[in-house]
Amino acid sequence: MTWDTIANIMIGGVLTGLVYALMALGLSVIFGVIKVVNFAHGEMMALAMYAAFVIFSTYGLDPLLATPIIAGGLFLIGYIMQRALVAPFVTRPEHEQFILLLAVAILLVNGLLLIFGPDAQSVMVEYGFDSFEVGPLILDKVKVYAAAASIAVALSLLLFFKYTRTGKAIRACSDNLRGAQVVGLNIKNLYALTFGLGAACVGAAGCLLSMLVDITPMLAPELTLLAFIIVIIGGLGSLSGALLGGVLIGASEALAGLLITPSMKSLFSFGLLILVLAIRPQGLLGKRSS
Amino acid sequence: MERIFGGVPKRALGLLGLMIASLIIAPAIVNAYVLSVILITLYFAYVGQAWNLMMGYAGQLSLGHTLYVGLGAYTSAALFVHFGISPLIGLFVGMAIAVAAGALIGSMAFRFGIGGVYFALLTIAFAEFTRILFEHFDWVGAMGGFFLPVENRDSSDFLNLRGGPVMFYYVILFLCFAALGVNQWLLRSRLGYYWMAIREDQEAAQAVGINTFRYKMIAVMISAAMTALGGVFIAFYYNNLFPADAFGMHRSIELILAPIIGGMGTLFGPILGAFILTPLGEGLTILMESMGVKAAGVKQLFYGVILLVIIRFVPGGVWPLISKKLGIDKRMKGKSE
Repeated sequence: MTWDTIANIMIGGVLTGLVYALMALGLSVIFGVIKVVNFAHGEMMALAMYAAFVIFSTYGLDPLLATPIIAGGLFLIGYIMQRALVAPFVTRPEHEQFILLLAVAILLVNGLLLIFGPDAQSVMVEYGFDSFEVGPLILDKVKVYAAAASIAVALSLLLFFKYTRTGKAIRACSDNLRGAQVVGLNIKNLYALTFGLGAACVGAAGCLLSMLVDITPMLAPELTLLAFIIVIIGGLGSLSGALLGGVLIGASEALAGLLITPSMKSLFSFGLLILVLAIRPQGLLGKRSS
Repeated sequence: MERIFGGVPKRALGLLGLMIASLIIAPAIVNAYVLSVILITLYFAYVGQAWNLMMGYAGQLSLGHTLYVGLGAYTSAALFVHFGISPLIGLFVGMAIAVAAGALIGSMAFRFGIGGVYFALLTIAFAEFTRILFEHFDWVGAMGGFFLPVENRDSSDFLNLRGGPVMFYYVILFLCFAALGVNQWLLRSRLGYYWMAIREDQEAAQAVGINTFRYKMIAVMISAAMTALGGVFIAFYYNNLFPADAFGMHRSIELILAPIIGGMGTLFGPILGAFILTPLGEGLTILMESMGVKAAGVKQLFYGVILLVIIRFVPGGVWPLISKKLGIDKRMKGKSE
């Protein structure tokens, strides 16, 4: 095995990791503001992947171009879900929130199973086998595009939170809920917007990931776990932590596939999670809660 | 005995007696299929009680509880197949391993103050980690599965847990009501009150001098041991084990449905939940088959709907409603609301 091969595989892992990071970012945004853990995250991602698949196979639309449509659709779903389902649970005990979203997850994954069946589907774009050659490195075109799109979406979300009035208002809710209520912010609406934005992130990520992996309903719980692992490693509620965690997990999965067997690659992620929880439970970039 | 039966209203005791009596004579009345449904219902009632002890009483949400089922199942089955050791001995080894695993998870989580969501995720992570390990563990068949020899099912060999469905039925019936007795006893002991104090307000419990780390560890370990025993049962009943089935997350979810629907933190909740859910699920399967619909996931979809409705509208579960109606809620309820 040459260094070139290793570098290629690692870079491929990092590029996939950036898509994971976008998915985890959605989870982190929702938790950071609403303090509700979206246990149906991977299931929403699978929903987006199937949406990308359906749009691609019926209209031939490239998932890259379908990303805004699917992200928009998931935004709506997230908005409505928060308003109709999650809102009354915000003040309820943690385990009840968890069980509620678990129920949503069960409904989503089995709904997908009913409609699409257990067999794997795939989205094969025209440039699926093309690659960029940079010196000795060979980069898959789809992975580069997906990673670039992920960065673009993540960046625009960060800018939204930093500069727009609504973004600032959402951050205010997260920093000091009582203060935000006192100055008259519409918390209900802002929470729903936040859940929508988190869902849009995972929608975009799912759409992009559909180009990289085969789609099955059984992928959903794995993705939920993966998203959790990433945000816990990076630090729950920390946006830059989610990005770092995604890249780390992507790279470590690729490395595990290379060093051991591919079927054991998630062992690496779980091992990493257990290690982080044992040594630094607040995550790599998380702040210790007081 | 006083701890177990003391203060229970006569009406409740009467109902309980009636229920046990009808379950005892059930094998003589119902056919083999119905018996198998009651058997699996009792199994879920049993493991649900084991889970309820940890979540319902001590307030620690475990979503990877199938880890203990799998460990108990694989240990006792491997000892039996490879060394011919009776499961009646093997079950202690299986329970010990499960307790060790529970202690490891608990000590990691509680020592570092990992609570709530993080704890739940840690339990999932450990279960998944173990699943992948077992998928590469050739000694117990890895991915291909691990099989117990199936001998004639007419004669019962209780010492090796080999026999027909009726024997297994009585074994799980006994386990289910033994667990009920143990839970009742624990709830009325000092330990039970400590657990509930921790569940209601951990900081307050700590402030009055309860060693929360120690009592949470005890909860995890007892729950792990009880659950592992369920695993031994299910391994010898089904005679086959697959890592994805033994340790898969869908199993953990299946396991917690009954206590959530029946009522977390109540004594009878898990049993009631199992008796509501399992027959309904089976009925749905029969209905689907008779209509010629063969679709995977319908039963799970149905479970999802029930779970959603329960947690949205009656988060305390069904049992508190019923016990109020029957007027036996005075000392049966676990929640102090």
